[in-house]
Amino acid sequence: MKTRNLEILVGAFVVLAVLAMVMLSLKMSNLASYGDEGDVYEVTAQFENIGGLKVRSPVSAGGVRVGKVANISYNNQAFTAQVTLQLEDKYQFPLDTSASVLTAGLLGEQYVGLVPGADEENLQQGDEIELTQSALVLEQVIGQFLYSKAQEE
Amino acid sequence: MLNWLQGIGHSVFASISRIGRAALFLWQCLLALSYIPQKPMLLVRQMYSVGVQTLLIILVAGIFVGMVLALQAYIVLVDFGAEESISLMVSLSILRELGPVFTGLLFAGRAGSALTAEIGLMKSTEQLSGMEMMAVNPMKYVIAPRFLAGLISVPLLTAIFMAVAILGGFFVATEMLGQYEGVFWSQMQAKVDFYDDLINGMIKSLVFGFVVVWIAVFEGYDCVPTSEGLGQATTRTVVHGSLAVLGLDFVLTALMFNV
Repeated sequence: MKTRNLEILVGAFVVLAVLAMVMLSLKMSNLASYGDEGDVYEVTAQFENIGGLKVRSPVSAGGVRVGKVANISYNNQAFTAQVTLQLEDKYQFPLDTSASVLTAGLLGEQYVGLVPGADEENLQQGDEIELTQSALVLEQVIGQFLYSKAQEE
Repeated sequence: MLNWLQGIGHSVFASISRIGRAALFLWQCLLALSYIPQKPMLLVRQMYSVGVQTLLIILVAGIFVGMVLALQAYIVLVDFGAEESISLMVSLSILRELGPVFTGLLFAGRAGSALTAEIGLMKSTEQLSGMEMMAVNPMKYVIAPRFLAGLISVPLLTAIFMAVAILGGFFVATEMLGQYEGVFWSQMQAKVDFYDDLINGMIKSLVFGFVVVWIAVFEGYDCVPTSEGLGQATTRTVVHGSLAVLGLDFVLTALMFNV
């Protein structure tokens, strides 16, 4: 085969592979969301129980994704789970916003839902969300249900 | 009795010396790689026969694997009312496992066997000795370009396989099973991680490419220069190459996705 044709075919092969790689990284994975992390601020929240919350779980307000869970650790002074939320700068919330760990669907993944309060001032970098609600743990709910049933009889 | 013992000893020595030869061969091959920038056409020619000619089987296999996965995922997931997770199941299994492994296996069968047969025939027709007689190092001129071409081609082929398979799954999910396009892509983007899934899959494919090409080129170079020996060497390339891919896949998975 002529050298020129050979080079054209190999070139097309490499270009195709690069296109596939670009498509995989942008359209099929979360690489696109790595880029727009520039303008964020972090707030913390203490939960009694976070259930199955994971790092990178979404944070949403009114169903709109406004950030993600950046870090999860255990606070040994208060004996609570300490969750660091990374919120995008363009979304601002009042100081008395409440946070709760919710489940998408009955068995779906867990996320942090924010409900804005009425305070004049907004949450800043490093602030803590005071009002929190723990995750609903199915076993505890069933336990309470059985307990109340037993008391009725 | 003694003959039997001698037989065992003989095969032990034979396999150890084979491993030694393979390692030495790899070392010489890596040294000879420095020659390629002076003669890039050698590499382009091999990229054509190793990469471009494997493209078709990779494309066809990719489309069908993606379509079958989507269909199977639907059958299982619809029982749990979770059929919107089809894209997640398809993309994760393709990116983490099937993409690199399938490409490795197909590459061993399509390109690896061809490499072994080509080099083996060169050896048995004494072309390699002829080159040495003319003070042309066959390592530099024959082996190294083929080795590098395979090393580059496998990750490229894997990327193409992954993309095509996910598109195949996309086609089945939206056209046949009536899922919305937005649901398909958003589920995938929410859960597939660039570094954990895609990059790890590509690292796997690099390792598989390295091992399969090494086996293929070595078997050809080391074959018994008869028609029978050549046939055995080609078979060994496919069998050992495929087994190496499957075995290494387990090791790499255990290392990468620490369970």
